[in-house]
Amino acid sequence: MIWIDTIVQGILLGGLYALFALGLSLVFGIMRLVNLAHGDLIVLAAYLILVLVTLLGLGPFMAALLAAPIMFGIGWALQRLVLNRVLGPDILPPLLVTFGLSVLLQNALQEAFSADSRRIPAGWLETSSVSLGPVSLGLMPLLTFASAILVTLALQWLFYRTALGRAFRATSDDPTTASLMGVKPEAIFAKATGIAMVVVTIAALYLGTRANFDPTIGPARLIYAFEAVIIGGLGSLWGTLAGGVIIGVAQTVGAQINPEWQILAGHVAFLVVLLVRPRGLFPRAFD
Amino acid sequence: MALLETRDLTAFYGDFQALFGVDLTLQEGETVAVIGANGAGKTTLMRSVSGLIRQTPGMVRLDGREIGALPADEIMAQGVAMVPEGRKLFPSLSVEENLLMGRHRRKVNGPWSLDSVYRLFPILKERRNQPGTALSGGQQQMVSIGRALMSNPRVLLCDEISLGLAPVVIRDIYAAFPRIRETGASVIVVEQDIGQAMKVADRVYCMMEGRVTLSGRPDELSREAIHDAYFGAAA
Repeated sequence: MIWIDTIVQGILLGGLYALFALGLSLVFGIMRLVNLAHGDLIVLAAYLILVLVTLLGLGPFMAALLAAPIMFGIGWALQRLVLNRVLGPDILPPLLVTFGLSVLLQNALQEAFSADSRRIPAGWLETSSVSLGPVSLGLMPLLTFASAILVTLALQWLFYRTALGRAFRATSDDPTTASLMGVKPEAIFAKATGIAMVVVTIAALYLGTRANFDPTIGPARLIYAFEAVIIGGLGSLWGTLAGGVIIGVAQTVGAQINPEWQILAGHVAFLVVLLVRPRGLFPRAFD
Repeated sequence: MALLETRDLTAFYGDFQALFGVDLTLQEGETVAVIGANGAGKTTLMRSVSGLIRQTPGMVRLDGREIGALPADEIMAQGVAMVPEGRKLFPSLSVEENLLMGRHRRKVNGPWSLDSVYRLFPILKERRNQPGTALSGGQQQMVSIGRALMSNPRVLLCDEISLGLAPVVIRDIYAAFPRIRETGASVIVVEQDIGQAMKVADRVYCMMEGRVTLSGRPDELSREAIHDAYFGAAA
């Protein structure tokens, strides 16, 4: 029975990793940009929610609702003013710029909030749980996983059912030909990063309410996100969700065997998938 | 006043000059063919007019308004649509989605819509949900032409639409041109296939080494003059 509980907890944990990864997957899928500051942007959004909760006395979900458009604006401006200038056939400039941005964000957050750990208070939700037979599930992990599925569905709908999504895919395929259709690739990229930052805000909500965070934890979140994206197959949204779940289950199973193995087990699972399926589980057929 | 005009148009790839003072006019409702051998500068001319190669102001005009310095998306919004060399369909989009991309920016009411494109190329309706790149070369070319028509363009630029296609397929593609002309679109067709170009064009420009070497109505141009303009007098 303990193993069923372990696997279910792992699946729910995978929802959080999927939320970390979906924004990264979206940005990579459209502009082939690996944003090394992605984890730090999650932490930035967590601090933004914390500030809104503290200053305005809002609940965490309402604060996230307010933070989302602010993060969209930050993402839009970041892409428009910085990242669009370094995108091109050479992948090194955007890697260096986002690495620099990561360092900048960590230091700025330390200046503003100190190195102390913080947590977004979620009240009764933090300790609430529901029982499903022999398995007891925390309400926050359940909400996290449900949000991951909803975000995946929403992104899937956006990509495959809207004119904007069509433009995202066309620009991802061939920005030059897309411009002949009247698409402005720089504007498309800015919207994509803005939307990725909205996803980042949702990830930050659950990161900040479920665990302590401080300005330096971004890179570790990036690694989980990156692994989930690679496991799922670059640019595949459902694959990213599956990737998050695989890391989550591997971590809880590892921890069940030996608590010291939790993090290691996630990385081992990533390496195993990479060995068996180098292009991930659900790679886009045309890549 | 010409609908589209290039005046003393030059173009460079780095230090390499590909066009040398090209003058070309396209009147409303007219079809103009640009012929020439490989490397003559035909595609560069199309890329310059469509905005893929940015020009200095004054070199390209649409309805008398300067457009040469505009980016490709702005020129498309003004009503210049291009069927690029090699079809360039979006691999992650279905046939219908590829067609709809033609209306992404320029949503002008006119003779062309999904229905009218499907009437022009009925096979595309049957294949509407398949990936565009899963079609045969000729069908892909139909998608590419249909996609450009979806914006109801004032000027349609067709770059080497017969390239790599079997003669029977080329004939099918060109069979659509009378219908396209009926809708009032003005067309520039870039071709290596002189015979096809002569059939559809009101006027012909022949290019060699980045320069216009001959122009005129097809019935005014002798085979010898075209041969000399195409390959050079010494050939």
